[in-house]
Amino acid sequence: MTEYLILIYERESGYAESGPEVFQQVGEAHNRFAAQVGEKGGKILGGNALQPTATATSIRDDVVTDGPFAETKEALGGYYLIEARDLDHALEIAKLCPARFGGVEVRPIMDVSMNMPG
Amino acid sequence: MADAHRREWAFVLAATARVARDIDVAEECVQDAYVAALDAWTRQGIPRNPGAWLTTTARRRALDALRRDRTLRAKLPLLIEPGALAGPAGPDAADPAAAGAAADAPDDLIADDRLRLVFTCCHPALAREAQVALTLRLVCGLSTAEIAQAFLVPEPTMAARVTRAKKKISAARIPYRVPGAAELPDRLDAVLTVVHLLYTTGHTAPAGPDLVRADLVDRATGLARMLAELMPDEREVRGLLALLLLTDARRAARAAADGRLLLLEEQDRSRWDRAAIREGTGLIARMPGPGRAGRFALQAAIAAVHAEAPSYTDTDWPRLLRLYDELLRAWPTPVVALNRAVVHAMVAGPGAGLADIEGVERDGRLAGYRYLPAAKADLLRRLGRREDAARAYRAALDLTAGDAERAFLARRIAEVSAGPPGAV
Repeated sequence: MTEYLILIYERESGYAESGPEVFQQVGEAHNRFAAQVGEKGGKILGGNALQPTATATSIRDDVVTDGPFAETKEALGGYYLIEARDLDHALEIAKLCPARFGGVEVRPIMDVSMNMPG
Repeated sequence: MADAHRREWAFVLAATARVARDIDVAEECVQDAYVAALDAWTRQGIPRNPGAWLTTTARRRALDALRRDRTLRAKLPLLIEPGALAGPAGPDAADPAAAGAAADAPDDLIADDRLRLVFTCCHPALAREAQVALTLRLVCGLSTAEIAQAFLVPEPTMAARVTRAKKKISAARIPYRVPGAAELPDRLDAVLTVVHLLYTTGHTAPAGPDLVRADLVDRATGLARMLAELMPDEREVRGLLALLLLTDARRAARAAADGRLLLLEEQDRSRWDRAAIREGTGLIARMPGPGRAGRFALQAAIAAVHAEAPSYTDTDWPRLLRLYDELLRAWPTPVVALNRAVVHAMVAGPGAGLADIEGVERDGRLAGYRYLPAAKADLLRRLGRREDAARAYRAALDLTAGDAERAFLARRIAEVSAGPPGAV
């Protein structure tokens, strides 16, 4: 099994302009997703939703600035750490991940023990 | 000789990749096996089945590498299918010198390995240009330098592209397997698209002095043939092979002796390759199973209508129009709509075709596609609208880099600018 991070990128304005029913629907979608991952033979190792980028603080060369690292139309808004057999399996799972106002990116977790020099 | 070596190399690599679970490691093992062969064959003579000898040796090295690092083995189920790793009693552990005797058995396995490798190289998680480069490198056995030359990019650029793709296969764990039935249509379409792209790049070289790059065309046809052998029940695979054969049958007739590009209507049909046409139409006639024709099978059927027509005017245009209507439903792209417009003009007159083309133009997706102004110019010329035609030919010329096509367009501009009034 390999670990993958599913990064959820969405237009924040999508949520800002939506009412509470949308939040409820999205919450239910994520609950459904959590159940589906197990049915697909994968495993969720962790995951969280993030506060909007308006709350972000960036640091570069010790200089602290208000805002996200890069201003983008679709911002990182949450993630899941999952375990899957291979990329095909991870993509099958990630396709089920809710991202109503955007999409998701799948990144394999680096196995540091195998990438040590020597 | 070099080609035989290359073919053998690709077979040996495909068979080794499954054991090595990593394409880089597999390439190293194959390299080692070739070095070992040089030494062993000099001393003992060339074995009865050199390919089997090389495969067995390379796979043994891959197994040795795995045994040397058990932790790696636990962590890397990458390129492995359950049960695929032969134990000490399996053919992998056999003495390479005795491999000739066991050579018949692994043939199926090797065929499957080649198929796995093609699907890995054309995985949708890889960029299309990386898919093309990897397929040429790993499935066809071309060197990075040869691939760079074929696509007119500097060798370091191509080397970086191949390395990056191989790293992604390994790090993201792109599996080494033929996809299951549910995914197969989409994944197969990606494979066929790569082979077709390879073919079209060779068929009309995007830039440079030669109209056709025979090396790429032959490589693509070879891949299509291999896929058709390995997946005999897939209609689209058969359709692609038929399409390539029927299109390539016209190769010798596509340019005049001076390199000038000849249109379908100007070509000397006696120079078309009848054997290739027979093979292509035969493939279409024996489509396996029921089901609707996909885009490659339909394009092959279209190519067959042209191939069997005694002359341009005696072509079955109404049948072509029906096939294009079907193709447009199966594959609704503006390029298909443009080609359909040209056929529509042959059935219902240039005015009807021109109206269609103007529709495609308004759609906007084909802005920058050189064949749109070229097709439009041709219909305007036939309608006698010479100034409009010249303007459209010039627009096409601005978008064209290949020498043969440029010469053709320049000739057309001269014709519509100089000839007597009225239709040209």
